[in-house]
Amino acid sequence: MIVHSIFFYFFSIIAIFSSLMVITSRSTINSVFFLILDFISVGCLFIMVGAEFLGMILLIVYVGAVAVLFLFVVMMLNVAEQKQSWFIGKKSTHIPTGLIVSVLILLELLVVVGGWKYKEDVMSSSTLVLSDITNTHQIGLVMYTDYILYFQLAGIVLLLAMIGAILLTFRERVGVKKQSYLNQISRNPSTAVELKDVKFNQGVKIDD
Amino acid sequence: MIEYLQILGQEIYKIIFLLVPILVSVAMIVWLDRRVWGLVQKRRGPNVVGPFGLFQTLADALKYIFKEIIIPASANKAVFILAPIVTMTLALIAWAVIPLSEELVLSDINIGVLYLFAVSSLGVYGIIMGGWASNSKYPFLGAIRSAAQMVSYEVSIGIIIINVLLCVGSLNLNDIVIAQKELWYVIPLFPMFVIFFISSLAETNRPPFDLPEAEAELVAGYQTEYSGMMYAMFWLGEYANILLMCALGSILFLGGWLPIMDIYPLNLIPAPVWMLLKILFLFLLFALIKAIVPRYRYDQLMRLGWKIFLPFSLIYLVLTSSFLFYFDKLPKVNL
Repeated sequence: MIVHSIFFYFFSIIAIFSSLMVITSRSTINSVFFLILDFISVGCLFIMVGAEFLGMILLIVYVGAVAVLFLFVVMMLNVAEQKQSWFIGKKSTHIPTGLIVSVLILLELLVVVGGWKYKEDVMSSSTLVLSDITNTHQIGLVMYTDYILYFQLAGIVLLLAMIGAILLTFRERVGVKKQSYLNQISRNPSTAVELKDVKFNQGVKIDD
Repeated sequence: MIEYLQILGQEIYKIIFLLVPILVSVAMIVWLDRRVWGLVQKRRGPNVVGPFGLFQTLADALKYIFKEIIIPASANKAVFILAPIVTMTLALIAWAVIPLSEELVLSDINIGVLYLFAVSSLGVYGIIMGGWASNSKYPFLGAIRSAAQMVSYEVSIGIIIINVLLCVGSLNLNDIVIAQKELWYVIPLFPMFVIFFISSLAETNRPPFDLPEAEAELVAGYQTEYSGMMYAMFWLGEYANILLMCALGSILFLGGWLPIMDIYPLNLIPAPVWMLLKILFLFLLFALIKAIVPRYRYDQLMRLGWKIFLPFSLIYLVLTSSFLFYFDKLPKVNL
């Protein structure tokens, strides 16, 4: 057990330290890198409690896809200057909004932690407590049977978000030349090449 | 406590005996790559150092070690040094779950495929970090290109993996291999194998998708500012990744360590040899394609990934699952 607790404290100290560094570090790029470190160590903690499927999905979705986009945004836009102006400028509306959101999150966390007390009731109401199959199977057995409605609703919400994002960023550009593979492939010498009789000293007019 | 130290010692012993052959085979693979490239172009390729030029890569590595490491003055030093380390580490830790035979695997975990997928999706960080920390135009452009490319092709690789998992019913790599005892998945899922192969070319930034380091436009892409051993580490990581994708392809589609047919003279050959032969076969295809196919344009690359591979693999996923469901061939989970 001692090795287990050494690893637990190792990962949790890294997780807490890096989550503190996310909000305190000056450079925004460093913030994102610490966020990635945080995700990775939380993923390791998931694996340590036996939820290996969740841990890996966390790595794939958050570290492999979401954090890459964060990194893109931070690298391409000059976020560092904006961050400075939030603290220096007096008219900033970000800090009150942030405070409201964080108070809400704190309340939600309190509800969740309080709910932990009634864990026994929640556990007994769930249909499946099996220990001899892998937890990937367990999640599948619960998610696609009892919670299929919530699963599909979540899918629809994500689809809507995706369509919304595409609509927001979509703009039709005029005058852009596009390559048409069909036209290119269906060309042959009889349609593409035209033989002209050029008369001496007169030249030829090509409509192009 | 002493028990734990003993276990730790054994594990380190095992890890070293896995990593050293991998690094040596990466060196050999680089030689093979250059050799095939040369033969296709009617050159000889490297043939001076050692027999058949086999030690050429070792000589190159020695040269890199003795070269000076130059860190640009305006670079972000910490990230600049971290980037090649991340690339190489990620390329090597993925080998922990690759089964070379039923017993010869460092850690036989339940979610081997997910682990491989996660590690290969982390591989993009080494490149972005290197490109950004160099603080120079070409590396940054190369890093952006490669990040977009790797993220887009990962999507179709994920769906292809789901196709295979539907037939197996387990995420364990050994189970995937054993499920192919009767029929390798390359036969029923042949279109998926082709798409997987092309996607893994794009995922490892190999030609014809080597846009991140297209020398005609971006000098050397994200590696432009790197020199000496740090460049060599990028290089080693890249080839270790290529080898890894070949291993994944042979496990998912070519039956991993299984012999071609379970008949008398063939099943005498030990399992790791079969695995290595399949990896080598896939790598030969990689090397030939590098020599034969010209480089894609960037918009063609994106079109191929998002408009062709993604819809096609999704349709094939629906086909596979409906076939399995209709003929009642879905893998049974014993509860």
